[in-house]
Amino acid sequence: MGVAKYTKDEKDQIIDVTLQSGIHVKPLYGPKDLEQVGFSYEKDLADPGTYPFTRGIHREGYRSRAWTTRQYTGFGTPYETNERFKLMIAHGQTGLNVAFDLPTQMGYDSDDPMAEGEVGRVGMSVDSLRDFEVAFRDINLEKIGSGLTINAIASIMLAMYQAVAEKYGYDPKRISATPQNDILKEMIGRGTWIFPVVPAVKLIGDTIEYSMTTMPRANPVSVCGYHIRESGATPAQEIAYAILIANAYIDNVLPRGYDIDEFVGRFSFNLNVFGNIWEQVAKFRAARKLWARNLKEKYGAKKASNMFLRGLFGGGGYGLTKSQPENNIMRGAYYALSAALAGAQTIALCSYDEAYTIPTPHSAIISLRTLQLLMDEIGLRDTVDPLAGSYFIETITKEMEAKIEEEMEKIEKVGGVVEAVATGYIQRLVARQAFEFEKGIQSGELLKVGVNIHTEGEAMDVELHEYANESAEKQIESLKQLRRERNNREVKQTLFALESATKAGKNVMPFLVDCCKAYATVGEMTRVFRDIFGDFEEPSLF
Amino acid sequence: MEAKNIKVLIAKPGLDGHDRGAKVVAHALKEAGMEVIYTGLHKTVDQIIRIALQEDVDVIGLSIMSGAHIPITEKLVKKAREEGIDDKMIAVGGVIPARDIPRLKEVGVRGIFPGGTPFSEIVSFIKENVKKD
Repeated sequence: MGVAKYTKDEKDQIIDVTLQSGIHVKPLYGPKDLEQVGFSYEKDLADPGTYPFTRGIHREGYRSRAWTTRQYTGFGTPYETNERFKLMIAHGQTGLNVAFDLPTQMGYDSDDPMAEGEVGRVGMSVDSLRDFEVAFRDINLEKIGSGLTINAIASIMLAMYQAVAEKYGYDPKRISATPQNDILKEMIGRGTWIFPVVPAVKLIGDTIEYSMTTMPRANPVSVCGYHIRESGATPAQEIAYAILIANAYIDNVLPRGYDIDEFVGRFSFNLNVFGNIWEQVAKFRAARKLWARNLKEKYGAKKASNMFLRGLFGGGGYGLTKSQPENNIMRGAYYALSAALAGAQTIALCSYDEAYTIPTPHSAIISLRTLQLLMDEIGLRDTVDPLAGSYFIETITKEMEAKIEEEMEKIEKVGGVVEAVATGYIQRLVARQAFEFEKGIQSGELLKVGVNIHTEGEAMDVELHEYANESAEKQIESLKQLRRERNNREVKQTLFALESATKAGKNVMPFLVDCCKAYATVGEMTRVFRDIFGDFEEPSLF
Repeated sequence: MEAKNIKVLIAKPGLDGHDRGAKVVAHALKEAGMEVIYTGLHKTVDQIIRIALQEDVDVIGLSIMSGAHIPITEKLVKKAREEGIDDKMIAVGGVIPARDIPRLKEVGVRGIFPGGTPFSEIVSFIKENVKKD
């Protein structure tokens, strides 16, 4: 949950505060502290929009452009999800973030035995292009960008997004999709991996390479420290691992003969917001600086805008509590505040009922209104990087930078991030920390309102989203109908072409687009990959 | 039953990949002195039953966060009966709303531990309820 550790005396006075990343907070900060950490305005901050971008990537911050609001949305059939998309847009949401159900994320069709009980449960069920046609009907894909929260088969969904855009008459060069597409973090936390590390990373390289020319406005990878943190990593580890993982994707694309400046500008990040507010702000500011420095010094990037850490800072799922769930509304507001104070490009919040299940329309709109209230009502767009120059914030931003670098070095020492994921080194580390953290909550050493402090009062009851079995039945029925109606010869041909291309090590993206347009199913396309690549073998942790 | 004589299988059935809770509980049971085996992710009910048989565990603990806890446990209990191992203690943890607890008990789940259940409660429940010849 990310609260700091407090040591207090018998009179409830605070003697020590230790942030999760290991930084000690002092009761008072002044100019001497900045001297001590070697702070320099030009070197460490510089003006917003100027390297190393600690103060933000745009000169005028939110004055020139407010952050995008992008609540994670999707459930049941594409019809239901399309209705919900339109509801959110009608309430002023400015981007989409598509939630897929687990069978889709794992590459199974809804009638696969592996999908039983899960169709449409935690997200929208997608079997084929026909489902995307329904899901994105009446949505202006040139104006609204879409996050596609899918990883192992993000390549398939990006191809399908191009196919649906073309079907509705949009130029792929003008649409903006952000597939999550970060498989290494799935192997650390969240767990929707399918293929082994090497081919899984190669597929990501394919999407990056393909987007350069065909969908230049796409953000082909959204590197997620988010789920690593949810799994038990500290804020410093979250950023360290995210940067190293992003580098692993870069290292897959460079040998294909491209210059770093041709593609890295389209990388984006998805980072977590729960916990101590100062630590979060320092983390985001330090992250922007380290990412820019990493690109400039390690990879020789030249163009300033390619060094931007463009981020969705949001969620905060692990910070939410099941007890006293309405308190999660307030938590969300403070989490969004830290994201906005730190210059996020996009913010999304977990809704107050999400410690239980996916949100109702009521709770999703409360989250959206929280973001709009911060944006329009209390002054967060007034000036860029408002905390800059604070003795405290600048000192801990420097300290956070050092902590992140320490964590990066630890991983490099064990052979780099790909190795550390394949052997389970990182997984073991974060699982152990999660256990220690939970012990801290249970012992009351880490404070959590409604959980181990201020637990008095009546239990709150909230209305929850209900899973509808009928949606799953409808989805399976329409899949069967699709199999009867489509041109099965064309499906076979395009799948065969995909198989040959995959075996030959070619970029699979154009072949996937052809498969999608022929209405091949997600399960059929994934099967081609499964047969060639095999499955990821999870390292043993105990 | 003393903790050191208890063998627990922590299992992740289905497609859900959220395993923080499963691993945390595995750590806690180990620290309490039990022998713990963790299946890893994406296991079918058949695979879980097979591992339970092979390892001759006393407890099968399922961790489910996706909301599919009722269909999955129904299937597992049925399969355990078929294999004649319904004497094993079946427990479920994860995102389990209070309204589903009676149904899970009806199905044959003995221990129900929604997220946030204190470790001490899980450990003592297992120690008190595991039957061994």
